Amino acid sequence: MPGKSFIESSILVEGLGRIGDLALFVVEFFKKFWRRPFEWRETFIQMDEAGSKSFILVSVTGLAIGIVLSMQSRGTLARFGAEAVLPSMLALSVFKEIGPVITSLVLAGRLGAGIGAEIGSMRVTEQIDALEVAALRPFNYLVVTRVIACVVVFPILTIWTDMIALTGGYLESVLASDMDYRIFFNSAFSDLRFSDLIVDTLKTSVFGFIVAIVSCFLGYNVRGGTREVGQAAMAAVVLSALLIFLADVVIVRISITMFGGV
Amino acid sequence: MVESQTFSGQHRPPHSPSESVIRLIDVTKSFGEVDVLKGISFDVSTDSSAVIMGGSGSGKSVLIRSIVKLVTIDSGEVWIRGERVDVLDGHDLDRVRLGIGFLFQGGALFDSMTIAENMDFILHRHSDLDFADRRLRVEEILSWVDIVDKIDQYPSELSGGQKKRAALARALVLEPEIMIYDEPTTGLDPVSVRTVSELIVRLRDEQNITSLTITHDLECARIIADKVHFLYDGRILESGTLHELQRSGLPELRNFFGTSRF
Ligand SMILES: Nc1ncnc2c1ncn2[C@@H]1O[C@H](COP(=O)(O)OP(=O)(O)OP(=O)(O)O)[C@@H](O)[C@H]1O
Ligand SMILES: [Mg+2]
Repeated sequence: MPGKSFIESSILVEGLGRIGDLALFVVEFFKKFWRRPFEWRETFIQMDEAGSKSFILVSVTGLAIGIVLSMQSRGTLARFGAEAVLPSMLALSVFKEIGPVITSLVLAGRLGAGIGAEIGSMRVTEQIDALEVAALRPFNYLVVTRVIACVVVFPILTIWTDMIALTGGYLESVLASDMDYRIFFNSAFSDLRFSDLIVDTLKTSVFGFIVAIVSCFLGYNVRGGTREVGQAAMAAVVLSALLIFLADVVIVRISITMFGGV
Repeated sequence: MVESQTFSGQHRPPHSPSESVIRLIDVTKSFGEVDVLKGISFDVSTDSSAVIMGGSGSGKSVLIRSIVKLVTIDSGEVWIRGERVDVLDGHDLDRVRLGIGFLFQGGALFDSMTIAENMDFILHRHSDLDFADRRLRVEEILSWVDIVDKIDQYPSELSGGQKKRAALARALVLEPEIMIYDEPTTGLDPVSVRTVSELIVRLRDEQNITSLTITHDLECARIIADKVHFLYDGRILESGTLHELQRSGLPELRNFFGTSRF
């Protein structure tokens, strides 16, 4: 644009402006969240959508994680004669870090792109404006419902993925060393503390919040046409993934301070 | 003027002819450095059908969107039935919006819902009718716009003209006293242009609906316009009957009507 200095039009400034807008969008969420009536029906529909859309994907992911992790650790542990700690090591790494983060990243790809594209195309076809003039409160109907759905669904799917991953590890162990399931699962859960499970599973609610709010934000603010909708969907995945990593570091740091390390 | 009847058989008394339904006073709006509206003032009197014409990008859509506060204006005043709208918010704004039916340029039908659901969604929220009564109302309006056979189809299954009529039906579902149409006939074949234009005239004559319409289409303007406002460079350049505007000596008008005859 003519008349704009280099600094003004630089990507950095624009990026900071966007982060400011995202922050305002988050504030808007917490303001509108309290507005009645709460869209229960639509929230359940979104939970169902989110769950059924990604159920198979996270199941396959979980199984693969468990099998691969178990295969790769077995050799190393055997060299130190520590094969017996395999179940417990597997459970710790799956429940504490790999399960929550991988599940959330997979969901960011699956749900983030979907939300960004859906809300973005509703914006460019004026469906959001149509909700607005019909006094149907599009922010509550579209954004609040999806955010709540993700906050609830992420930890549920994470627990499921964790269980599948552990089962994958067990199956691998049976094939490799004829492991008894009682020994495997007893040993697996022996070193897990309840506080670990709670913090590390519930942090995916934060990830779910991030994925949904970022994707809704990008979709809600699309200007233009189909091209911009596609860009919003892609940006939703990338930005969600980055913010998940960032949030993970912060949450792990805080939880170690509060509950102590492993 | 005679007393009229709405779809649900509710009687609507004639309004006093001097009353102005929509009044804009010196409205301005800019996006960044682009001044789109530079001081717009006009009145739409009761039970009349006003038309806004003007070149592409002249700000017609921004103008009518500012009337329902989909666009917040920078300065000036917007009055609807003696109430100042541009300063309203929340429930008060909703109340005013519910008295206005808005037909969007692209229809803006909710594409995840059938035509019946599109209408019922709004009716369910804003009326006390039970399901059977709502269905009756929906059927009645759809048969009035002559697409009752499409009632349970999705917007993607309809032709362009049918979509326009479905969108019109949805805008009418709460029996508004004011209708705003953004290019109701654009992209339609000549027969559908007549059909839709005549529906707009019937709404004015049979139901005393006051309307404001944007159109590029001379045929549409000829059928529906009581008064035409010509928008040029962010201002109302000329107002009058279509005939008066077509005979105007102003070069901008001669240019506009000269080219749009083809
Ligand atoms: N949200 C927005 N942000 C920035 N600029 C906008 C926005 N909405 C409209 N404009 C600009 O305002 C001007 C007028 O747009 P508007 O949509 O009102 O035109 P129009 O008269 O309806 O044209 P058409 O006949 O093509 O529909 C255009 O230059 C457009 O780029
Ligand atoms: Mg327009």
